[in-house]
Amino acid sequence: MTHDSSHHGKVIDHATGTAKVGHEWDGIEELDTPLPRWWLWTFYASIAFALVYVVLYPAIPMLHSASTGTLGWTSRGALAGDLAHEKAEHQAVRNAIAATPIEALAANPSLQRAAIEGGRAAFKVNCVQCHGAGAAGAKGYPNLNDDDWLWGGDLDTIQQTLINGIRYPGNDQTRSSLMPSFGRDGILTAAQVQDVVSHVRVISKQDPASAASARGAVLFANNCAVCHGANGEGNRSVGAPRLSDKIWLYGGDRAALTNTVTNAHAGVMPAWTGRLDPVTIKMLAVYVHSLGGGEAAPAPAPAAPATPAAGAAQ
Amino acid sequence: MDSVLPRSGLWLGALFFAVIATALAADTGFAVHMMICGLAAFIGLVVTVRGWDPAATIRPVDTGRYDDDLIRLGVIATVFWGMAGFLAGLYIALEMAWPQMNLGLQWINFGRLRPLHTSAVIFAFGGNALIATSFYVVQRTCRTRLAFPGLATFVFWGYQLFIVLAATGYLMGITQGKEYAEPEWYVDLWLTVVWVAYLAVFVGTLLKRSEPHIYVANWFYLAFILTVAMLHLVNNINVPVSWFGSRSYPLFGGVQGALVEWWYGHNAVGFFLTAGFLAMMYYFVPKQAERPVYSYRLSIIHFWALIFLYIWAGPHHLHYTALPDWAQTLGMVFSVMLWMPSWGGMINGLMTLNGAWDKIRTDPILRMMVLALAFYGMSTFEGPMMSIKSVNSLSHYTDWTIGHVHSGALGWNGMITFSCLYYMTPRLWGRTRLYSLRMVNWHFWLATLGIVFYTAAMWVAGITQGLMWREYGPDGYLVNSFADTVAALHPMYALRVLGGLLYLSGAAVMATNITRTILGHYRQEEPLHSAAFDPARDVPLAPAAAI
Repeated sequence: MTHDSSHHGKVIDHATGTAKVGHEWDGIEELDTPLPRWWLWTFYASIAFALVYVVLYPAIPMLHSASTGTLGWTSRGALAGDLAHEKAEHQAVRNAIAATPIEALAANPSLQRAAIEGGRAAFKVNCVQCHGAGAAGAKGYPNLNDDDWLWGGDLDTIQQTLINGIRYPGNDQTRSSLMPSFGRDGILTAAQVQDVVSHVRVISKQDPASAASARGAVLFANNCAVCHGANGEGNRSVGAPRLSDKIWLYGGDRAALTNTVTNAHAGVMPAWTGRLDPVTIKMLAVYVHSLGGGEAAPAPAPAAPATPAAGAAQ
Repeated sequence: MDSVLPRSGLWLGALFFAVIATALAADTGFAVHMMICGLAAFIGLVVTVRGWDPAATIRPVDTGRYDDDLIRLGVIATVFWGMAGFLAGLYIALEMAWPQMNLGLQWINFGRLRPLHTSAVIFAFGGNALIATSFYVVQRTCRTRLAFPGLATFVFWGYQLFIVLAATGYLMGITQGKEYAEPEWYVDLWLTVVWVAYLAVFVGTLLKRSEPHIYVANWFYLAFILTVAMLHLVNNINVPVSWFGSRSYPLFGGVQGALVEWWYGHNAVGFFLTAGFLAMMYYFVPKQAERPVYSYRLSIIHFWALIFLYIWAGPHHLHYTALPDWAQTLGMVFSVMLWMPSWGGMINGLMTLNGAWDKIRTDPILRMMVLALAFYGMSTFEGPMMSIKSVNSLSHYTDWTIGHVHSGALGWNGMITFSCLYYMTPRLWGRTRLYSLRMVNWHFWLATLGIVFYTAAMWVAGITQGLMWREYGPDGYLVNSFADTVAALHPMYALRVLGGLLYLSGAAVMATNITRTILGHYRQEEPLHSAAFDPARDVPLAPAAAI
């Protein structure tokens, strides 16, 4: 289709009107097209950009250091600047939260809202791994949205739990209690464990009373009631869960209960003091308290009537 | 006779060594690998002894033809490893969307299958395509047979052994933990031997050429082979814990180790997936288009600019890390300067169609090449853009990077390889045409749709992820937890599965087409041409009433 023509000794490609270079490999020839101008000038422009950038920013390595760039920019400096800016933005609010007793925050709605937002952000970084993004918990990790508290749900108690953790090694004020491993340590026989489980399933209104549960009731009174209460109502001073409701930390079916009575559980939460600053811990407590199950302070606190007193129902 | 005995002795020695190493192995993985090596040596021994044909020593080699036996094997290996790699990719995409797909089995969890996928597509599929096409192109453009044909056979089979050792190692959890350089020290050493042999065959063939000049495709192949050798050696300087164990520790630690790794990693992209595949482009596009290369001058300038600039761009993988600022700056500016040299290849490929643009309507192979070049252009623009620090602060660690890699890998590397396979297969097996050109058209559209679904999903996912990570609320706190961003990406991950499925389906169509072509079948089908046109009917009817 193409009839090449010779022009000044060069073979011209008919379709493009461009001269050929003259080499040929396995039938492949090459045209002598000059570099596209836009290509060349864009290439030059990118080189010019690079040269300018290299002058402005740290770029040229030398023996012991590198050129610093005329802008004086460093990535560490930029990060420090960003962090300082953020800190300055929050400093006034943080100071106000630090200066206000935690029970008194509710009296200042805008400050309380700021604390909740700060707690929400800290929760997403530090707490969601166990308690879940929606704070709904998981097996072994309590749901923080409800009003069922192991150690107490008023602001100060939540804050104390956060500061010192639960069964956290190395913290003497950590919340501590230890349920015996009744089955594993031979305190109860396997049959007795089943009787206790039957009784627990009766008081949690899952099963009707039976002969086994009657035997279990006696065992419960002797072994369990000291912490969990005569009727399984629980005891917050030792973090003993309430057994007469349908909320379970490790499961309420027979297999899960058998495992719990046999081996016991001793969940751990880190003490956050030292890891987070006191204001962040305070904001976290306010946030968790705001999730729906927050309780009023136990002592008469007429200044904070806004807090839902859901805990009174327990 | 005289060559069979020493060769058998060599295989027997290798077999003996493998048995000893298996017996002394410090860990199970190493023992399994030495058993695989022993099996390979045993197969080599059997083939050597059984394949000894006294007539072959008398019968002269047909020097009137090119050495194409290995290239035929290479075509089959490329298709096979391509299917394996795409399938592994589809499976890990499923695991990303639905993690329970790992079935609780350590061998198929994401962490082990992911390097299996990347190595299978880059080194097994891409590597076999590069070795096969380089042997095809260098012979034809030098008008000579391969130098050291025996060594070339070793290169092919030695490379397959490397692939098997690497892949089985990943499944057993043997890894250096370096991206794209996961195989352990002994597999690295083996690859070094294979690669030096490859270099010898290629350079030897160039030296015995019958053409006065070296064609541009061969510059790119040589740059690829030489640079990959250098990168592989420097990035794998490791000290083994035991000579009979699979574990080793790198000489470079900390940020130096990271910089060496990304110098290697980025240039694996630059010299394996760019320079090597541009070499394929420079031969097969002009051949398929039957047109001269657009610009000889552009090919010289962009070749030297590309290989000079690419080698410095690696630090852009380590923006905003412990890497010193000056190295980050240089990584960025060299990447920006790399934009036009990369595009030189695209221009030279696309503009070669000047005078033949009509062919992309009727020739799906050429259309595949054009699409490959278009994706090459897109990803080599996207790359420099993502290397700019302010863009990188959004894109880094997100799925945008995955989208970028796949627009290059699926669009450029995949499509150019497929079109080269379609070009070579009928010629290598002496068929007048492919089994079916219409199936090439199906492959083209399935793959194109797959790429669109894949990359679009990952672009959206990556930018979503980047924006969610840095989203601040009115109080100045981060809005999203990490788990929130994971949940937000799920629909995009599901779309990616669809894209991968389409791409794999296209490759399955190709595997069928190439198999039938090799078997000598021809599908009876309508040719691909435009609709019929009759100029005699292309006139208004004479108004009958007016007469």
